Amino acid sequence: MKSFSFERAQSPADAAAAAARQPDAKFIAGGTNLLDLMKLEIEVPTHLIDVNGLALDRIEDTEQGGIRIGALMRNTDLAAHERVRSDYGLLSRALLAGASGQLRNKATTAGNLLQRTRCPYFYDTNMACNKRQPGSGCSAIGGFTRQLAVVGVSDACIATNPSDMNVALRALDATVETVKPDGQTRAIPIADFHKLPGDTPHIETALEQGELITAVTLPKPLGGKHIYRKVRDRASYAFALVSVGAVIQPDGTGRFAVGGVAHKPWRVEEAESELSRGAPAVSQRLFADAKPTNENRFKLALTTRALASVVEEART
Amino acid sequence: MQSPGQLELNRRDLLVSTAATVAVSAVPAAAQAQNSTGETVQTTRIKLSVNGKPRELEVDTRTTLLDALREHMQLTGTKKGCDHGQCGACTVLVDGRRINSCLTLAWMHENEEVTTIEGLGTPETLHPMQAAFVSHDGYQCGYCTPGQICSAIAVLDEIKAGIPSHVSGDITAAPEATALEMRERMSGNICRCGAYSNIVDAMTDVAGRQA
Ligand SMILES: Cc1cc2nc3c(=O)[nH]c(=O)nc-3n(C[C@H](O)[C@H](O)[C@H](O)COP(=O)(O)OP(=O)(O)OC[C@H]3O[C@@H](n4cnc5c(N)ncnc54)[C@H](O)[C@@H]3O)c2cc1C
Ligand code: SF4
Repeated sequence: MKSFSFERAQSPADAAAAAARQPDAKFIAGGTNLLDLMKLEIEVPTHLIDVNGLALDRIEDTEQGGIRIGALMRNTDLAAHERVRSDYGLLSRALLAGASGQLRNKATTAGNLLQRTRCPYFYDTNMACNKRQPGSGCSAIGGFTRQLAVVGVSDACIATNPSDMNVALRALDATVETVKPDGQTRAIPIADFHKLPGDTPHIETALEQGELITAVTLPKPLGGKHIYRKVRDRASYAFALVSVGAVIQPDGTGRFAVGGVAHKPWRVEEAESELSRGAPAVSQRLFADAKPTNENRFKLALTTRALASVVEEART
Repeated sequence: MQSPGQLELNRRDLLVSTAATVAVSAVPAAAQAQNSTGETVQTTRIKLSVNGKPRELEVDTRTTLLDALREHMQLTGTKKGCDHGQCGACTVLVDGRRINSCLTLAWMHENEEVTTIEGLGTPETLHPMQAAFVSHDGYQCGYCTPGQICSAIAVLDEIKAGIPSHVSGDITAAPEATALEMRERMSGNICRCGAYSNIVDAMTDVAGRQA
């Protein structure tokens, strides 16, 4: 790990301003992703801004009938929150499917939103990686791709977004609230928050330098059945190969997003109108522009089956 | 300024008042120094409570809570396995909640209360979970055991507090300490010897006595 200085931020605006003053600074929340990457010198901040004291660790009701989730709320507390369990069960389920009890006790809403890819070549500093070192090339293309993306890929990067929580937030139409270094606040719809890799896979989100996430809001509850189906190599404590986060209504209509298949939680609204025609029809829309490799083509069939089982579970 | 290696921290269990309200500073909280290889290192002073004792130490800003416990306080019961949050050997309780001490920095725990395996019981008066691990053979080589025991204690607390898990059928209902629930909740603690079934037996034993 490279040496760094640190400070404890006193207010959200103060934190954002501090980050803008030092271009190599990083916010630290739970630290469970950032410190992992700092140990490997994949992230090399020279200054850390500790945001844990900002009192952004609560849930409040919004005027629109939804909820505002503090950026620093721990994943355990969010998943266990009474209102989340009863009205946004998909979010609870997705969080509980991720990481371990110890990690969820530290991991925060904002940190989870921004957790970086688990592409094995991104983690191996001996290998070329456009995300880690722009312009160096992509070792995954032509390499081992079983875990990597099948859709929305580019010639520069085929990594996936590994977060379970993000899949739920995408299906639930979350909004990310931020404050910029100049003190201005804004609200970014989750659909625009995570980027596809394109030519700039190192740019992963819509956030600007120094911009701090303060909260995530959810619109008023949708009702229906909330289901998160995660398919992985072992039954617990593993990242998804594919996952489906869905809210299905009694009449069979619904909405869903898919994890493990793209650089962002993958949702295609037009595919949702195919739900009544069954999972294969939905999948066809969902993966219309898919570019799988021979090693990860199985993710298409696996998603179709996961979707079918979600629809089936919703019926019972 | 002393570098961390020169400190004899066991003798530093003093000075810390019980006032947990020391104001945190907005100014950069680290000082600079050079280590023996000429690299600039930044150090900081921290105060925290470990196993009920106030501790004050000076550490490199990079020092994880795990390294602070093992290298600075000689509390080597907490183990370093993967050092990347994947194995759970470093699990400790901070303000009563289990975390991976390898993925957090010591200075992020200013004024917090850390409990390690050394703080749970003594060889004469074991914590009930320690006693249950012994009587159920919940280990073989023992390396993961301190983390397993800290985690197991927290798991039973989490179930009692009503925190749901991935395997809870109805997440709005109160979870129960079933084998299925305990196995899922313990999945962040890897045991290479494979003592898992005996660990679940030990936990079931303690959960039964608590009920
Ligand atoms: C062994 C292991 C297994 C895991 N398994 C899973 C899994 O199965 N599913 C899953 O979804 N996740 C998994 N994770 C990832 C885990 O969910 C993330 O590490 C965690 O959510 C990150 O949250 P944090 O608060 O610790 O983030 P940090 O590490 O503190 O921060 C992450 C990033 O977010 C930035 N940041 C933090 N807060 C803010 C803010 N308020 N505004 C702007 N930027 C901010 C930081 O600068 C940093 O770049 C796993 C992690 C480990 C180590
Ligand atoms: S897929 Fe993306 S993250 Fe992986 S090696 Fe290629 S550029 Fe890097």
